[in-house]
Amino acid sequence: MAALAQEILFWALAVMMGIAAIGVVTSRNVVHAALYLVGTLMGAAALYILLLAEFVAWVQVLVYVGAIVVLMLFGLMLTRAPIGRANFDNDQRLMSALTALAVFGVTSYIMVRAFEGQTIDLTRETGTLTSSIGEVIFSTYVLPFEVVSVLLLAALVGAVVIARRD
Amino acid sequence: MPISYFLVLSALLFSVGIYGVLARQNAVLVLLSIELMLNAANINLVAFSAFLQEAGVAGQVFALFVIAVAAAEVGIGLAIVILIFRNRQSVDVDEMSLMKW
Repeated sequence: MAALAQEILFWALAVMMGIAAIGVVTSRNVVHAALYLVGTLMGAAALYILLLAEFVAWVQVLVYVGAIVVLMLFGLMLTRAPIGRANFDNDQRLMSALTALAVFGVTSYIMVRAFEGQTIDLTRETGTLTSSIGEVIFSTYVLPFEVVSVLLLAALVGAVVIARRD
Repeated sequence: MPISYFLVLSALLFSVGIYGVLARQNAVLVLLSIELMLNAANINLVAFSAFLQEAGVAGQVFALFVIAVAAAEVGIGLAIVILIFRNRQSVDVDEMSLMKW
């Protein structure tokens, strides 16, 4: 019963994410493209909850939907992108579509072949405890964690230096 | 649930992102497509973290690192786009051919 509900939920989310992703790359309106991205990102957050990863799901909502999409909208407005309908595609659309189809075909064929018949057990009572993620980050992965914080600082300073007007 | 469901969904998002990077002209829309590709990688990481439960939460931790790096990448990317817009009054990637051979 629970497995059937999970399956239905997965397909609903997958269809929504697919439609939203195609909207991101084909929309003729830049603001709509950014808002379609919100659909894909929220769908991914719901998938993380389905995969029992609540902490990653909420970080996804906070950082991606809360910060990155807002930053993108600011970028669109600061570069005075035409807010109405306009053509944003170049003349390589056919080649791009063929490349994307080829990548999709090859990767999904390899993935399906490699993991045929293997299933994820999603029937556990509890999800991943956030405290266990915290323990792992601050013990096994403390060095990458510190490197990421230095990277964020460098990106912050770099963005200010690059975009400063003088 | 078969793990291949998640892998095929992430392959789909990744290829849609590739199409966007190749076919879009506005630099900010190219950045949006890159976010799609990063998300596809994150879905794979979290799916394998749920698949290999004996390996602990390593996959989720790396998904968090990817999210942090994506935030840094967007910050720098938009700063560069705004600088280019200020100098050239356009963010059309096809017109940025100054360093092309």
